[in-house]
Amino acid sequence: MPRSLLTILGVMLLIGAVVGLPIVLAILGLIRLDDILFFVLAEILIGSGLLVVTLRDIIRCGLAMIVCFGALAGIYVVAGAPLVAGAQVLIYIGAISVLILFAIMLTQTKDAPTVLVFQTQSLGAGIAAIILALIIALTVGATDWKALPARVHTATDQLARVLFADYVLPFEIVSVLLLAAVVGGIFLAKREEGGPS
Amino acid sequence: MSDSLDSYLVLSGLLFAIGTFGFLARRNAISMLMSIELMLNAVNLAIVAFGSFIPGLAGGGSVIAIIVMAVAAAEATVGLSIVIAIFRNRHTPLVDEYDAMRR
Repeated sequence: MPRSLLTILGVMLLIGAVVGLPIVLAILGLIRLDDILFFVLAEILIGSGLLVVTLRDIIRCGLAMIVCFGALAGIYVVAGAPLVAGAQVLIYIGAISVLILFAIMLTQTKDAPTVLVFQTQSLGAGIAAIILALIIALTVGATDWKALPARVHTATDQLARVLFADYVLPFEIVSVLLLAAVVGGIFLAKREEGGPS
Repeated sequence: MSDSLDSYLVLSGLLFAIGTFGFLARRNAISMLMSIELMLNAVNLAIVAFGSFIPGLAGGGSVIAIIVMAVAAAEATVGLSIVIAIFRNRHTPLVDEYDAMRR
């Protein structure tokens, strides 16, 4: 029991640090509300993303992935794309996460080692990932994107007009692709008659 | 911070790097698929950020992001059913034990 209490206390302290620091900054008048939202959501996003790739128990990885997708939906709202945020909640949190959790539960084995979750190449993978992040950050900082000084909110009717006028061919192709994926998924996961169980 | 394109792109790069690490380092096939989902989400974030900051892309960024989501759903379906089909034959979800073509 003391160990779980300590865990809960640690999580609460972490949440307090994550949420408290930007609020203190806002009270001091240093940053705006949008910036607080962006900062907190980005912290949750990166933190839960790290949990997804480092936790030992794969079910917890799946749950952390749901948190990650939710934080990303919030960031879409901050970025001015509320319809994309809605689609993120519906598709990722509602469908893909549930699919992944089902697959996790179907592939759990008792004798699968839970102590060794990383490959032997994980050190090299970590170094490669850090270098990749640094290169992306340096490139982003060094490029002049000719971006607007403030973000533009995408209204839903405007988005619908663009989707069904300019992008109608990708839309139709995606519908065929989804049908093919459904048929392929059923075919691959179907148990064959008299085959190995 | 929320009004500059750079912060969104750096965030997306960080998420992509985390996904890369997970894909290269995890042993479980489903963990690798989850890492691919993280990378797809990172790219989606970059697309949405470009759509709301670059003039002339009005609405296009969001539309492309939604189409990417649909393709990601198709990818997850097929990938997970492949993992389940392999699991039925090999009785393990660990990718370093799928060595039938190496021996």
